[in-house]
Amino acid sequence: MRLRLVLFAAGALGLGAAYFAAARGLPPVGGYSGAYGEVLNAVSVGERHATDVVSAVNFDYRGLDTLGEEFILFASVLGVATILRKQQGDEEDRDEPAWQARQAPDSDAVRVLGVWLVPLTVSFGLYMISHGAVSPGGGFQGGVVLATAPLVIYLCATAKTFLRIAPPWLTKAAEAIGAGGYVVIGCLGVLAGKQFLENVLPLGTPGAAWSSGTILFLNLTVGIAVAAGFVELLAIFIEEVLRRET
Amino acid sequence: MHLAPWTVALPLACAALLAALAEKIPRTVADLLALTVAAANTALCALLFRETRSGPVVYWFGGIRPRQGVSLGIDFAIDRIGAGLATLSAVLIFSALLFAARYFDKPQASFQALLLVFLAALCGFSLTGDLFDLFVFFELMSATAVGLCAYKSREVGPLQGAINFAVTNTAGAFITLTGIALLYARTGALNLSQISRMLAGRHDALVLVGFAFVCLGFLVKAAIVPFHFWLADAHASAPTPVCIIFSGAMVEAGLYAVARLHGALFATPLPGFRPALLALGAITCVVGAAMCYAQRHLKRLLAFSTIAHAGAILCGIALLTPEGYAGAALYVAGHGAIKAGLFLCVGMLLHRLHSVDELVLHGRGQGLPWLGALFAALGLLLAGTPPTAMFLGESMLHHALREHAVARLALAIASIVTAAAVLRACGRIFLGWGPREPDAPGGGESDEEPETVPARIPWSMWAAATLLLAGAIASGFLSRQQASKEAMRMLDPHAFATQVLDGAAPSNPEAATPEPLGPALWHSAGTAAGALALAGLTLGRKRLPGALRRACAGVWEPFASALRGLHTGEVGDQVAWLAFGAAILCGAMALG
Amino acid sequence: MSSILAWLPYAVAGWLLLWGLYGIVKSRNLVHLIICLVILQSSTYVLLLAIGYKAGAVAPVFADMPLGTPAVDPVVQALMLTDIVVEATVAALLLALAVQVYQRAGSLDPRELVRLEG
Repeated sequence: MRLRLVLFAAGALGLGAAYFAAARGLPPVGGYSGAYGEVLNAVSVGERHATDVVSAVNFDYRGLDTLGEEFILFASVLGVATILRKQQGDEEDRDEPAWQARQAPDSDAVRVLGVWLVPLTVSFGLYMISHGAVSPGGGFQGGVVLATAPLVIYLCATAKTFLRIAPPWLTKAAEAIGAGGYVVIGCLGVLAGKQFLENVLPLGTPGAAWSSGTILFLNLTVGIAVAAGFVELLAIFIEEVLRRET
Repeated sequence: MHLAPWTVALPLACAALLAALAEKIPRTVADLLALTVAAANTALCALLFRETRSGPVVYWFGGIRPRQGVSLGIDFAIDRIGAGLATLSAVLIFSALLFAARYFDKPQASFQALLLVFLAALCGFSLTGDLFDLFVFFELMSATAVGLCAYKSREVGPLQGAINFAVTNTAGAFITLTGIALLYARTGALNLSQISRMLAGRHDALVLVGFAFVCLGFLVKAAIVPFHFWLADAHASAPTPVCIIFSGAMVEAGLYAVARLHGALFATPLPGFRPALLALGAITCVVGAAMCYAQRHLKRLLAFSTIAHAGAILCGIALLTPEGYAGAALYVAGHGAIKAGLFLCVGMLLHRLHSVDELVLHGRGQGLPWLGALFAALGLLLAGTPPTAMFLGESMLHHALREHAVARLALAIASIVTAAAVLRACGRIFLGWGPREPDAPGGGESDEEPETVPARIPWSMWAAATLLLAGAIASGFLSRQQASKEAMRMLDPHAFATQVLDGAAPSNPEAATPEPLGPALWHSAGTAAGALALAGLTLGRKRLPGALRRACAGVWEPFASALRGLHTGEVGDQVAWLAFGAAILCGAMALG
Repeated sequence: MSSILAWLPYAVAGWLLLWGLYGIVKSRNLVHLIICLVILQSSTYVLLLAIGYKAGAVAPVFADMPLGTPAVDPVVQALMLTDIVVEATVAALLLALAVQVYQRAGSLDPRELVRLEG
């Protein structure tokens, strides 16, 4: 341990000094003037009819990065499933006593709050996903919000209700459709004779929900994939806890 | 219709399909689908390799071409060496899928899906021309690699390996991201050619530190000392088909990134880069070779030999000359196939004899003559015997390093000692020679859970291993002059930038004619002889005169136990070394 | 004072990076280690956002703002979105490994988990 701390102390000093030397060359905060961002701010609305420039950057100008990012999520969920699940047919074991034993909470307040929260969460999540190109939000953010709805159901009702809302076959299929869907939409560009991931759908009017061509559909597929992925992760972790308690 | 995006899109789409259909389709259908996609990807990458014969190819995603020399989108800037790396990755993944077809007892569509995503990540990483896109594919590689590493982990050992892998690589990756942010702050660009234009030769502390940070994550992935501790743990944890990709393509991808980045961003060598990386490379060669020789767990042995060879490749890259780059590229091509073949042989041993401990397997391989022959042949090829690309690469590296005697010596040590370790294991397992005591102090029996019921070795495993041996020999026909030409292109950021951003035609440099192979043949004969001698001496040490034996032990044993003592396997130590190494790298680059 | 504020975000980013590394080095609990890794990752968010900030500029959303209003850099925000996803997924993978380790070894102390060494 002593060697470790000595090494780290030397390392931290060196890294700190290097970072300090580098930071002196940085523009002061508030004084950035790079061309990339300015050009995109100026042209995004006109070229893509998308008022949220960050979404336009994420799903159009740098769409390939988001494809990689979506599959990072996909691969991680797959990885967690292989680490924690016993074997391929494990999802069927969800009828085992552990899940049955999980009762609904006694408190009325919790149940009522859940009933109120779920529709709000779902509609807000769907709103964020579908208006990704218009206002701050998008597939990733809205997908995570959407994923909390089944979690609220789990907390406020029985486990069986959770399973009926988010059965494993549905989350797996939805994740695959979301992930594969991104690639399919990318192929639309090639089918139209242009490049992969090119925005070839009608662009609509900026500011309307139905606008910006493929950006809307990419947001939808990403939203589905993220929501399904997070629900799958939650379900796997919950399974693990329930299995240990019984 | 351009081929480039399909190298990424096709395996990703197939992976999504396999994950969705997992249990619903029979195992053979899933295997065939995965193999077909991997084969198709290999063909695509090979076609890209052929297309880049006359110069790099640029593909802009989304049709977003640069405007007035400012790039707005992401491109694939495919040079021949990158296409070659993508082809190597595809071949290795195909072999892994073929090997794994009968390797696991239970069907595993998620394994194939993860391998296909890994393939897409490797291809994207090798072909992209955008710095942040490089990072995204890098993280995609890491995420799938951790999932694959922990694939069969129900024991604490493999879990430990996966955790070490994930933590060190993520720490390195986010230091890389810090570096990307620093470079973005200076240049306002993420496209490699754009960055080089905006830097325009002004290299102050921000650029130096930013570049050092960026290289750090890739050096961690490349398992360069002192960032190498995770590799052996990860190899011991991962199933064999996964190990071949780690050692054959993933480590090399990290090295390729360092070479590519310096070549694409800086026209003149960064001060401090050459001495710092040469020193790191030489140290890595020696540490890797020594640790390799001290192992009895076959996969860890091969993992440390990968580390030693990674050091050799880094020495070539550090020179920043066309000969160094070309030598490194050829070395990678040969080493990938040979090392993968060796891992598959170990996998076959595990399948048949249920162990990967060299001493436990003492003499038990005597009923497997063909496997023994394959193992020995690959061991000799690892020493750099012709006709593989590793032989060509090593000769080029030795010639390129002619003014750096220490690095040449380190390279020679790496080749001789790692090949000797493999040949020693071969002699022990398949011929029953050698003492039953360990060759290095410390480290008791270390073995791993077999992944299958012991059985005859299926044809799919033989097919995969033979494919790799054939690939290694075929790689010997690559042209050194072409490699030098590609290396010259890689080291010319101006020409590359005009091609990527202004749409100009690729440059056509005149490559020097390579040195005659005569001295190289003698050299490789010497290396092979040295490897055989060292292996023979180790196996036959009981017959040596006592004084000689004690003298050798007096030198070797303290060194080996000190080194082994440093490899504690605890993640805290590994991250402390990472911080220390990062500081050394930044310091060396700043002072150079 | 304004000059300190102009450099403070960079200092915070550097501090988080070093503190995250320190936490990992000294950690005795895997979950604590994973959180320290997340802190390390967060340092890059602070750095990216600080780099892209322009004084007096608005968010790069023009739904209710006329075009031409100075806006901050949208590219760093897009990069940050990608990084957050990467961080969350790495944390999920590591936490799954930690859960499995706890089940097998009964402990989350990294020192007690060493089976591979040398």
